[in-house]
Amino acid sequence: MLLAIDTSIGSSAAVVSPSGEVRSSLGVTDTMRHAEVIGELIRDALAAAGIGADGVTAVVAGMGPGPFTGLRIGIAAATAFALGRGVPLLRLVSHDAIAAEWALSGGEGQLTVSTDARRRELYWSRYLVEGGQARRVDGPGLVVPAELELHGEHVAATAVDAGRLGAIAAAGLRDGVEFPALSALYLRSPDVTPSAGPKRVTT
Amino acid sequence: MNRDAPVVLGIETSCDETGVGIVRGTELLANVISSSMDEHARYGGVVPEVAARAHLEAIGPVITAAVAEAGLSLDDIDAVAVTSGPGLAGALMVGVGAAKALALSLGVPFYAVNHLVGHVGADVLAAEGQPLSYPTVALLVSGGHTSLLLVRDIVDDVELLGETIDDAAGEAFDKVARILGLPYPGGPQIDRVAADGDPRAIRFPRGLSLPKDMAAHRYDFSFSGLKTAVARWVEKRRDAGEPVPVADVAASFREAVADVLLTKALNACADTGVPRLLLGGGVVANARIRDLAHERAAAAGVELRIPPFSLCTDNGAMIAALGAQLIRAGRAPSDLGVPADSTLPVTEVQAGRA
Ligand SMILES: [Zn+2]
Repeated sequence: MLLAIDTSIGSSAAVVSPSGEVRSSLGVTDTMRHAEVIGELIRDALAAAGIGADGVTAVVAGMGPGPFTGLRIGIAAATAFALGRGVPLLRLVSHDAIAAEWALSGGEGQLTVSTDARRRELYWSRYLVEGGQARRVDGPGLVVPAELELHGEHVAATAVDAGRLGAIAAAGLRDGVEFPALSALYLRSPDVTPSAGPKRVTT
Repeated sequence: MNRDAPVVLGIETSCDETGVGIVRGTELLANVISSSMDEHARYGGVVPEVAARAHLEAIGPVITAAVAEAGLSLDDIDAVAVTSGPGLAGALMVGVGAAKALALSLGVPFYAVNHLVGHVGADVLAAEGQPLSYPTVALLVSGGHTSLLLVRDIVDDVELLGETIDDAAGEAFDKVARILGLPYPGGPQIDRVAADGDPRAIRFPRGLSLPKDMAAHRYDFSFSGLKTAVARWVEKRRDAGEPVPVADVAASFREAVADVLLTKALNACADTGVPRLLLGGGVVANARIRDLAHERAAAAGVELRIPPFSLCTDNGAMIAALGAQLIRAGRAPSDLGVPADSTLPVTEVQAGRA
């Protein structure tokens, strides 16, 4: 069984079978309480799927893009859980779950996914959806809303479903896809400037 | 699990060190630290976002390294402990998220503990059969905190006597080093150049030590005024075109910090009638602070304890040690929904108590 975790917007945890069947998927939309809810979400997702921690054969982590503080919590949790069980950690772009959801609901053709990056900016990714399969063709990137280029349909998402992320990973495992060695997708440098030396205190 | 000697893995990410330690009761099995200090050097101080990013990169490898150092496998771990506060919020959350998931994956209890009390907990690992007697006064000094505690019982009776009302002592060392053109981190640099200086050359102010301050702030510290006094003194010299006696300034500044820290700590020992003082935190590496502590404690008839330096700086072993003490005292695990709390009060030794 795959345990999938994503905290790129709210917090979500899910258990997905190797065949891609979502056995449980829980989410909290609050974008400020990732550290509080992450443990209970994992515990409850396992319980709802009727498995124990030892039933997990791989952990899937949504690597963003997403606002830094929350995003890190899910990745840290996924990393630690995978270590604890001695199972692989599979890293995916969180937007891929949003595109897969759209494809599953019958969407076809070009799709632009955007999510809130705070500071009046958006994270975006572009997809081509054919025969129910979404393929990322550009992104993820970061823009101000006025510069977001829309091709085809646009989904401005406010949640990422870890169940969908887990299903993508399950399909990848079945197809023997190589998972990318992604780092957290912040898409922004830390907001600091190097020290310019001490300021005068006397005038 | 053996309640008297549980194997506890502790995770510490409150500032710029990613620390994972493993203990068996009061026995130290592993203490692995990955520091992001070098990445902060060009900013002249710890940048919270840089620290948090480094924690996420380091957390997995540091857990793996600690388990290897202990000669164990993760299946041998009886409980997971983590610093849930106080500290930098974004940094703490990396450790809290990792610790909750690790405990769940191993099916073991989870304990969220107080960073400052963890510094006191470090002592049990260094004691070599000579456990710390309580009550004790504890002076904890680092780049992130400057606190004076009265510890009657490490698991449930810790009182905050005083703390800094502005900069931490370690921050003052960093800022004065910058004023003197010395690199970050400032503590070892000040210590190095002060070796050739005269600590009595310049009488810099001792913060919150005047009679009027002592009424309300007997055990509180302030280092912001001291830093400004040093800056003013140095600027005056430079403006007059005179050379700055760097060694004397550094030695006099260091003396002012050491003096005020130890005066207040030993006042606390005398006032409370507790003849024991424990030092902790990275600033304890400072040679003059250690020497003055030995001198003043001996003169006052106070027993002084200073854990080895690797257990004084922020580390996961001290967090594991405190977790083991909580288990030994029969404490139930923390609630899994416990938050990271950047201002967790020192009276809360364990966060999320059921
Ligand atoms: Zn500390």
